[in-house]
Amino acid sequence: MYHLTNILDATPTVNTAGGYLPIIIQLVFAVGFVASTLLISNFLGPKRISKEKLEPFASGIPSHGEARQPLAIKYFLVAILFVLFDVEVIFFYPYAVNFKSLGWTGFGEVLLFVAFFLIGFFYIVKKKALIWED
Amino acid sequence: MTLLTIDWSLIIEKLVLIAVVVLGSLVVALYSTYAERKVAAFMQDRLGPNRAGPFGLLQPLADGAKFFFKEDVIPVLANKWLFILGPTIAMSAALMTSAVVPWGNHIEIGGRIISLQIADINIGVLYVFGVVGMGVYGIMIGGWASNNKFSLLAALRGASQVISYELPMGICMITLIMLSGSLSLKDKVEQQMSSGHLWNIVYQPLGFVIFLICAFAECNRTPFDLAEAENELNMGYHQEYSSMKLGFYLFAEYINMLISSAVIVTLFFGGYDIPFLDESKLNPNTAAILGIIALMAKVVFFIFLFMWVRWTIPRFRYDQLMNLGWKKLLPLALINMLVTAAVILWLHK
Repeated sequence: MYHLTNILDATPTVNTAGGYLPIIIQLVFAVGFVASTLLISNFLGPKRISKEKLEPFASGIPSHGEARQPLAIKYFLVAILFVLFDVEVIFFYPYAVNFKSLGWTGFGEVLLFVAFFLIGFFYIVKKKALIWED
Repeated sequence: MTLLTIDWSLIIEKLVLIAVVVLGSLVVALYSTYAERKVAAFMQDRLGPNRAGPFGLLQPLADGAKFFFKEDVIPVLANKWLFILGPTIAMSAALMTSAVVPWGNHIEIGGRIISLQIADINIGVLYVFGVVGMGVYGIMIGGWASNNKFSLLAALRGASQVISYELPMGICMITLIMLSGSLSLKDKVEQQMSSGHLWNIVYQPLGFVIFLICAFAECNRTPFDLAEAENELNMGYHQEYSSMKLGFYLFAEYINMLISSAVIVTLFFGGYDIPFLDESKLNPNTAAILGIIALMAKVVFFIFLFMWVRWTIPRFRYDQLMNLGWKKLLPLALINMLVTAAVILWLHK
């Protein structure tokens, strides 16, 4: 059984699960606000639907149905590259917290890591993964 | 049952704080729309809204109420539940970010110390990034569920833009963590307030510029509002939306503007610190109230900067946007990080 009292009375910078309790309260508050406002507006607004109104809007020209067609691969590529580089950026966080105690040795190692990072970066630039003009 | 021994006064205290912060950010967002129209009018030598109430001050309330009474249309080709989920995620994510921002120091009521920060978690910075990342789902799900070609293209643009600019932003954040040695936003303010320390803007001018540019891109604001480029994409990812769902997408943008201004101020401009004043000599309650005023004054300046830029600088092309993010800001932020680390290590030897 958890002793919530002890957790909540802990130091100002709470590192335990109890510190996240206000965030959960805020989540309930925010989602509750959003959901109830959507419901109320759905209830208050008029309902005068017609066939034309329910069609996808295409600037006045007749709609051509389904929008989900093959798209430029570039967007997918950017998403993949983001995941790759963001994981590398995440590795900097623990270093940044401890880097004073790690000293110059740690700095040398991070230089090496950044070098690997940049090799990958130059590779994707040379592969023209970031060129948007066809 | 030990669960019944919850500290109820703490829960109530947090509930009040959450209500004030969430409703306060909604009011600020409402009046940001008014301010935006007034700023735009001033810059274009017009009057702006001036009919509803004195100086048109009731205009945002009228606009907000209008969203309630509009017809809620869901197109036949759209996925109904995803269509509803999109604006819900966008708005909820925007309302959640304020949890880790320190809005002030602390106040004392009847010997009880009440912190003016909803949750001082030790990973505050990562929390901000995580929740801002959730906002991308709001754009992407909404644009995809609409099943409209313009919406889908705009959503893809918006999503790839936001994730691209998160990289240099994250690296700037790492540089700031090196200065304070902590990921908590409260620690960052205290580090800037402590004697002998200046605001981070003095140590990190380049980091600030990169962070500011990324904040503009993250909020989908001009000159990076490619997801809402009306001459190419009609209205953007939310063009099939109507009624309060559309309202949520628009409000989320203004709340994000408020929160990113607050985060910029907290990280680079001392948060609730009042320059040239030693707050510890004041009564804590007076200091807290003055601190909130100082924070809000700085935040208002940044919201004004967002608007000033919007009505001054034209929109970039998409390839320019991506080149700036990946080929210029990312290497620049990396170099900035390494130089900062080397300088700090050199000074401490």
